[in-house]
Amino acid sequence: MDAAPDTTLPKTVDLRAEYESSGAREVLEELDADLIGLEPVKQRIRETAALLLVERARKSLGLAHDTPTLHMSFTGNPGTGKTTVALKMAGLLRRLGYVRKGHLVSVTRDDLVGQYIGHTAPKTRDVLKRAMGGVLFIDEAYYLYRPDNERDYGQEAIEILLQVMENMRDDLVVILAGYADRMDTFFSANPGFRSRIAHHIDFPDYSNGELNQIADHMLSVQNYTLSPEAEVALAEYIDLRRGQPHFANARSIRNALDRARLRQANRLFLADAGPLDATALSRIEAEDIRASRVFSGGLDSDRKEAAA
Amino acid sequence: MRITQGCFSYLPDLTDEQITAQVDYCLSRGWAVGVEHTDDPHPRNTFWQMWGHPMFDLKDAKGVMIEREACRTANPGHYIRLNAFDSTRGFETVTMSFIVTRPQVEPKISMTRTEVDGRQIRYTHTVG
Repeated sequence: MDAAPDTTLPKTVDLRAEYESSGAREVLEELDADLIGLEPVKQRIRETAALLLVERARKSLGLAHDTPTLHMSFTGNPGTGKTTVALKMAGLLRRLGYVRKGHLVSVTRDDLVGQYIGHTAPKTRDVLKRAMGGVLFIDEAYYLYRPDNERDYGQEAIEILLQVMENMRDDLVVILAGYADRMDTFFSANPGFRSRIAHHIDFPDYSNGELNQIADHMLSVQNYTLSPEAEVALAEYIDLRRGQPHFANARSIRNALDRARLRQANRLFLADAGPLDATALSRIEAEDIRASRVFSGGLDSDRKEAAA
Repeated sequence: MRITQGCFSYLPDLTDEQITAQVDYCLSRGWAVGVEHTDDPHPRNTFWQMWGHPMFDLKDAKGVMIEREACRTANPGHYIRLNAFDSTRGFETVTMSFIVTRPQVEPKISMTRTEVDGRQIRYTHTVG
């Protein structure tokens, strides 16, 4: 244990300074500022960051260390920010030196699984090669496993993934994402995945208040404002939309705002009210939002469109 | 006889770290890297066999190193080289090429001089 102490190693390490100099602080602050709500997720990411920082400090003091398993699973309903957080995670891991390049390769079943015998392995390997040095984000990972078809090529992709996740832990981090209940079924059918994934992070649905904040944030980024009546209308919209099918949290809000902008542009164009100033061009009125079919119960075809 | 083609061939063999660093340089310039191998190091043999397609969307050298290792396992005793392709001119041009693996014992290349047409000399290289 205490054979000739290595004099080149520092005696102490300042975690605070490490935190500042690695740039992890910026990523975490960005996460706090850019993402509304998601408290449990932020908490888990802060904990993970602390663990990685301490591991790094231990390494610099020459203490026994093992590359921690960093593969993660993100579960949550659509539109709860899984991809956005994965992107931030990639940045965080790169700053802390756990992946070399820190890019995010986002794939689904189609990118991994081939169409005929012998097509899957090269396809999966290709994706893995692209993801080396970064983060591989597998969206809707449970589609990889199709229990109803025993000759499904998804199993082959899963085997290659598991092998790489185990043997090349230094080279890439795999994040599996999907809806909570289906991911549970997926993990229970593939115990290999569960044991290789150390961090299970659950993304809660947004509350109505948070969705309102998200809408305000999206609009302010695009230089739009809501009139006071429009704010009331939006709050009602969110409440109604949640009760309708294919509700996708922040994504539904983004689509609603996009359509409100469309209607606003159309309204301004048709009104033809002479010269417009910047305020008029950037203000969304209640009627732009109230025109939505959501207020009249929603048509079936529109529901599909809203979920897209 | 040590064959000398491409970059770095007058230097001692590159270590894995050095190859990784070179590939990282290629990728940082936006070049695609391909793996090729041959058992015929004749200088006129410009067409080596391709090991898979050149890799166009890599970010990290590890992907190339995996392929190089796979190629070496599948073709023991072959020469393996990496080619870097630059597409800025609108077509893929080889901008860098270097040998990364050589056989344990490299074949000899001998030269034969033949006098033809009076005192003119034709040169023939033979591997073996």
